[in-house]
Amino acid sequence: MTHLKQLEQESIHVMREVVAEFKNPVMLYSVGKDSSVMVRLAQKAFHPGKFPFPLMHIDTGYKFPEMYEFRDSFVQDIGARLIVERNEPAIAQGAHPSVLGNDKCCQQLKTKALLDHLAKHGFDAAFGGARRDEEKSRAKERFFSVRDEFGQWDPKNQRPELWNLYNANIDERESVRIFPLSNWTELDVWQYIKMENIPIVPLYYAQPRKVVELNGIIIPCDYTDVVDPQGKLGFGEDAIEEVDCRFRSLGCIPCTGAVRSSARTIDDILAEVIEARRSERENRIIDLTSDSSMEQKKREGYF
Amino acid sequence: MDMKDYEKKSLLRFTTTGSVDDGKSTLIGRLLYETNCIFEDQYAAVEKTSQQRGNERVDLSLLLDGLAAEREQGITIDVAYRYFTTEKRKFIIADTPGHEQYTRNMVTGASNSELAIILIDARHGVLTQSKRHGFLISLLQIPHLVVAVNKMDLVDYSEEAFNKIVAEYREFSRKLDIHDISFIPVSALEGDNVTTRSANMPWYNGHTLLHLLENVHVDADKNYVDFRFPVQYVQRPNLDFRGFAGTITSGTIRVGEQVAALPSGRTSRIKSIVTFDGELEEAAAGQAVTLTLEDEIDVSRGDMLVRKGNLPHVGNEFDATLCWMDERAMDRRGHYIIKHTTQKAKAFISDINYKIDVNTLHRQEADTFQLNEIGRVAIRTSQPLFFDNYQRNHGTGSFILIDPVTNHTVAAGMIRGKMRTVDEVAPQQPVPGTRSSNVKWEEGLIGRADWEKRNGHKGAVLWFTGLSGSGKSTVARKVVGTLFEQGCQVAVLDGDNVRHGLCGDLEFSDRDRSENIRRVGETSKLFFEQGNITVCTFISPFQGDRDFVRGIIPEGHFFEVHVKCDIEVCKRRDPKGLYKKALSGEIPNFTGISSPYEEPAHPEVVVETDLEDVDTLVQKVMTALKDRGII
Ligand SMILES: Nc1nc2c(ncn2[C@@H]2O[C@H](COP(=O)(O)OP(=O)(O)O)[C@@H](O)[C@H]2O)c(=O)[nH]1
Repeated sequence: MTHLKQLEQESIHVMREVVAEFKNPVMLYSVGKDSSVMVRLAQKAFHPGKFPFPLMHIDTGYKFPEMYEFRDSFVQDIGARLIVERNEPAIAQGAHPSVLGNDKCCQQLKTKALLDHLAKHGFDAAFGGARRDEEKSRAKERFFSVRDEFGQWDPKNQRPELWNLYNANIDERESVRIFPLSNWTELDVWQYIKMENIPIVPLYYAQPRKVVELNGIIIPCDYTDVVDPQGKLGFGEDAIEEVDCRFRSLGCIPCTGAVRSSARTIDDILAEVIEARRSERENRIIDLTSDSSMEQKKREGYF
Repeated sequence: MDMKDYEKKSLLRFTTTGSVDDGKSTLIGRLLYETNCIFEDQYAAVEKTSQQRGNERVDLSLLLDGLAAEREQGITIDVAYRYFTTEKRKFIIADTPGHEQYTRNMVTGASNSELAIILIDARHGVLTQSKRHGFLISLLQIPHLVVAVNKMDLVDYSEEAFNKIVAEYREFSRKLDIHDISFIPVSALEGDNVTTRSANMPWYNGHTLLHLLENVHVDADKNYVDFRFPVQYVQRPNLDFRGFAGTITSGTIRVGEQVAALPSGRTSRIKSIVTFDGELEEAAAGQAVTLTLEDEIDVSRGDMLVRKGNLPHVGNEFDATLCWMDERAMDRRGHYIIKHTTQKAKAFISDINYKIDVNTLHRQEADTFQLNEIGRVAIRTSQPLFFDNYQRNHGTGSFILIDPVTNHTVAAGMIRGKMRTVDEVAPQQPVPGTRSSNVKWEEGLIGRADWEKRNGHKGAVLWFTGLSGSGKSTVARKVVGTLFEQGCQVAVLDGDNVRHGLCGDLEFSDRDRSENIRRVGETSKLFFEQGNITVCTFISPFQGDRDFVRGIIPEGHFFEVHVKCDIEVCKRRDPKGLYKKALSGEIPNFTGISSPYEEPAHPEVVVETDLEDVDTLVQKVMTALKDRGII
């Protein structure tokens, strides 16, 4: 078996184990490429049955329009049930990184929204598309990651995982995050997307976009007002230029920069990833705040 | 590089271990760096930290630091997974720390690995830890071991220093069940022999570490023989479809083949092998598929589909090697939950045979296991499980124990075999009407009971089976000597003495081998009937032949003694130079090389000559004879 086939079989095994052992699983759907892959793996795991759990999108309200569009048509095509949940009070109060700071904003719009709605629906297992290669603190994450009643991760107190025997026993108030893509790398994900012809949001492909550049991060002009609603950063007209660029990973508009690229096809992207000299999360403003910011977020319950 | 090549890449999972400061992080950092699997921004961060710490060069080990807590302490505390890729393979590294928590972490990291790298600091030589790591690797049955002798730059790249370590470790590893060991002299810091050949060590003719990782052949380690399919999930999307989803643990299966469902024993045929990508004609170990059957038979999660002629053990008692992984010690008053394949049941630790001191490999008495302790136990479960020996089948031979109160995974286990019940091991009373000591051969002849009475012990057949060079004769000879000293009546039959006379007309084809054993079996029976403890030493590779002999000797008097030894060790011993000839093709049909050896399924005694010394093994045989009332 090729490496991709082996990764695929491992993920399928994990998904089936979850559906057999938990009462009420859900798949966290972030609209990104990893989510697309995860959905395909679930289709494979439960074929010819129908999609056995709902997808839940924690919406911050700050996603790219292309993402909402893609989400709705994709979910319809695969015949899954979609739940969209948001932290409405925080959104109504105008939560934004420029007001709250990146960490606080994420905490409100993502972590809190996620935890509240996992609890509301009584989901005991939630699939996430995170990979161990993405970020340092994730290298020690388990396939089955147990969270306490507040959704918190305790990296010092994790269960050992041996062979393909997963321990699904939890207390009433606990829940589990499941990471079927744990052993995949960014390159594996792209190769699989190509091999399987999996649809992805078009923002991943390069095209000429009018952008401004701020501290090395490229922001499409269309969205400068979403990035900087109070005009504090002073994106001047004169700074605007048109460059070939694409998004390597997709998040919220205010926190996701584009990268210069001319990769217009999946093969171009693959070639780029193979040659890539910079990590995929580098353009995620959320990881840059401190050396251990992701770990802190994970402890609090964000993924 | 060509994209298509990437799509044909294979996967290798390996684990790395070493004592603190042997250079494990540096070595992994170097592998990642030299295979271009480190990004500029990551590298820049590490460069910055190195400068802040006043290091004159970039400390590649910093690339591996994981969580904040351990970053502060500067140590790794848990298994971390790393990834890198070359044109040939994708690699998953389970990076396990070498300090106190090592056992738990190493066992975890090793459980899914096909290869292990042990680091040894060239300056310090083979330390206790290096042996301990080797022992765990052997216990977990990782098929390939690479000993990387690191920091060669600090011993002037000395061939002598390297050879000394190789010799010492080789000697030690004879005691272990490790099939393939390689030794590589490296400097993780300078990069010698990691991904490129070292100019500093022209005396080293072997491969670089990366070359070995890219080329080690792992597919042959898989079990493609015994079909085992633990049902994971029943698919019932509509009334017309009923499929059993799961991952094939071992073996292969084709459409149309007959299968039996356990525990019901009902049989049917495979109707289809369903996948999202279309139906398959055949599927093999490792594939996650959905099987449908010709007949409606009741099968649910936890059941197992197998071939009728190739069954696992079915039972709720077995012996296992257990590694304790929880802060709380084993508590034998309550029960644990066992997870084995896709089954869960209550499990009771019914007996602790011993624990093993991982430093000295000595066995010690124990009545509980603490965190990181390993030993041999007997387990009883609330429902029957379908299992094989771990050695033969990792998938159906492994399990975890879960604490029902804390929900923690408290132990990892490897099944050694079916547990024997007292009834099986107790000497059997003669049953009237069947073959027994009361039946006389011929009017006027002295019967076995008379001989036995005079001799002061029972008659028995001790059947030593095992590979050539496994040590059958050595152990048997000593057993004979011991019995003789105790005044027992003994007869000896061995391969060499019968092959020259009684069976001089036979060759080594399967048929002749069977005939050989038949004659010896009948002969041993004659000796046995005259009250002798008859000691037979024959390779006797086929279970069927051995079962024939077992069948003609009354129950409780036949002792199948499996003289077990790793074939690599046998090859190394090769007392008669036979392996050498067999390997060169000079001897055809040589057991273990060009002819199979079927391990005894339920031997009365197992003696492992590569693990223990002869005297201990002889005692084991003597104890078995005493326990069953022969002597
Ligand atoms: N001279 C020399 N030093 C090394 C070598 N490999 C590692 N070191 C040093 O040994 C120390 C411990 O290395 P590290 O990789 O952190 O060890 P770990 O605890 O096994 O992960 C560090 O100071 C390394 O720079 C080597 O091949 N040669």
